[in-house]
Amino acid sequence: MSATAYPGLVTSARRAPSHNDVAIQTQGLVKQFGSHRAVDGIDLTVQTGTVFGVLGPNGAGKTTTVRMLATLLRPDGGRARIFGHDVVKEEHVVRQLIGVTGQYASVDETLSALENLIIFARLLGFSRPAAKRKATELLEQFGLVEAAKRPLKHFSGGMRRRLDLAASLIATPPLIFLDEPTTGLDPRSRAQVWDTIRRLVREGTTVLLTTQYLDEADQLADRIAVIDRGRVIAEGTADELKASVGQSSLHLRLADPEDGARAQAIVARVLRSEATFSPEGKRLVMPVSDPSRIADLLVALKENDVDIVEFSMQKPTLDEVFLALTGHEATPSSEVEDSKGVEQP
Amino acid sequence: MSLSMTLHHRTSLRQTVQQSFTMAYRGLLKFRRNPEQLFDVTLQPTLFTLMFTYIFGGAISGDAEHYLPIIIPGVLMQTVITASVATGVQLREDMDKGVFDRFRTLPIARIAPLAGALMADTVRYTIATLVTFVVGYAMGYRPQGGLGDVALAGLLVIVCAFAISWIFAFFGVIARTATSVQGISMLILFPLTFLSNAFVPVNTMPKWLQWFANANPLSHLISAVRELTNSGQIGDEFAISLFAAAVIILLFAPLAVRMYMRKA
Repeated sequence: MSATAYPGLVTSARRAPSHNDVAIQTQGLVKQFGSHRAVDGIDLTVQTGTVFGVLGPNGAGKTTTVRMLATLLRPDGGRARIFGHDVVKEEHVVRQLIGVTGQYASVDETLSALENLIIFARLLGFSRPAAKRKATELLEQFGLVEAAKRPLKHFSGGMRRRLDLAASLIATPPLIFLDEPTTGLDPRSRAQVWDTIRRLVREGTTVLLTTQYLDEADQLADRIAVIDRGRVIAEGTADELKASVGQSSLHLRLADPEDGARAQAIVARVLRSEATFSPEGKRLVMPVSDPSRIADLLVALKENDVDIVEFSMQKPTLDEVFLALTGHEATPSSEVEDSKGVEQP
Repeated sequence: MSLSMTLHHRTSLRQTVQQSFTMAYRGLLKFRRNPEQLFDVTLQPTLFTLMFTYIFGGAISGDAEHYLPIIIPGVLMQTVITASVATGVQLREDMDKGVFDRFRTLPIARIAPLAGALMADTVRYTIATLVTFVVGYAMGYRPQGGLGDVALAGLLVIVCAFAISWIFAFFGVIARTATSVQGISMLILFPLTFLSNAFVPVNTMPKWLQWFANANPLSHLISAVRELTNSGQIGDEFAISLFAAAVIILLFAPLAVRMYMRKA
């Protein structure tokens, strides 16, 4: 990659200048929309070269946080640094270090994919031929060559998202923000986006990823912060988070619901964990930390004449993580979504 | 890990100009995709020139042909200023789109997206100017100043429209919706264009109105165009128009950019 965004800017070096290898550091970050505190004192530290997942339901403050870090919104309190540069005082420097792919495609609908990429590249200081070369290269990389000349109106959601991601990579920034990059995508497009993210990480890019899906954070992120109502409520590796709610849970459906209490007692004895009834009252749900004990449980139930009609193992869902961490479900926490609506009355 | 990127705290003037031209290129590409954006600058001058000439011509100048040297510069100014309102409206619509989020996260001069959009629209003003003169010519308008002077008059109008479009760009940046930009702008546009010497001689107006019409910068612009097209003169009116254009840009360009940044 010989094209440089600015004279003297060596873009092939993705590992950015760093202070103590910290890519993102925030302290007490706050954003207030009217009377609603969308972000209520967030502290994050993201190491260079890692993928950091920000997990939370709609309205938790994920997008607002990303918009502040990406210099799109001014924080009302606290501070944030990108590779040691303040997002407010040194916004122009920060913009040279980041790429942003939002929930909403940040590309021009009326133009073609090629025109979009050329314009962004020209804005970043590429010469005309270099911009064209870079745009073509990215279109190939993202499998958008056949569609390159068509206006984006005719693009599918997945193609748009891929183009958006390509646009964020023109200047090969050392830090990429991906705000819910796969929300609303079909499974195939989601897998393609995941592959792209993995490739970026291999090349040394630091990624901050927001998502509503524990599975996505689990697949991609080295560390995860769970946020709810504008606050970080838990942080750790995916394994640590899942361990906090039990690795997986076992769901049993009893032939006779009358057996419920007896079954609970057996679970307590064999698995040493507490079984609870699912909301509709038909299934018994219990955390399982040691799957090899399940056989023992099934045998014990059989011996005690507790018949089961169905059993399944389920990985913890975001809802369960939330339930365990906050005591409430991962439903939108308020009417104010952290949407693009920057201005609140 | 070594410090391998050279980071800049601001964009240089050269980069700012280049970025503005790239944004203007984007605007031109959009015209090509949506040619209907050019309807107003082709239909309006045709319609207005025909209408005003035949409605007012007899009453003001005795007949349509003698009215043409008065009305052509008037309609020209009105069409181009109306087109510059559309600049502000379209800027608002554009800014509501996701792509402006990307522009805001790029290390580019904050003025570039605005300046580029306004520069691209000078193409629309040019089309409006050409159409007005051609329709006028077809109706029998024969400017006494030569082709060079007519071209210079057209250029003056385009430069002034570019300046005035910064006012509407400012409204575009501060307003919440495109419709409200349209509303505010029309409220300003109508008194300014009609309370001028565009359509009728100012001395037919009441005294207090004459005072306003004579002070109206648009009257000066129209006088400058009339002087150029009808007698090939460059006088005070020409200088006053350019001076007013410069003042408007110096006032409204920084204001629009500041509001744009505040919203970011």
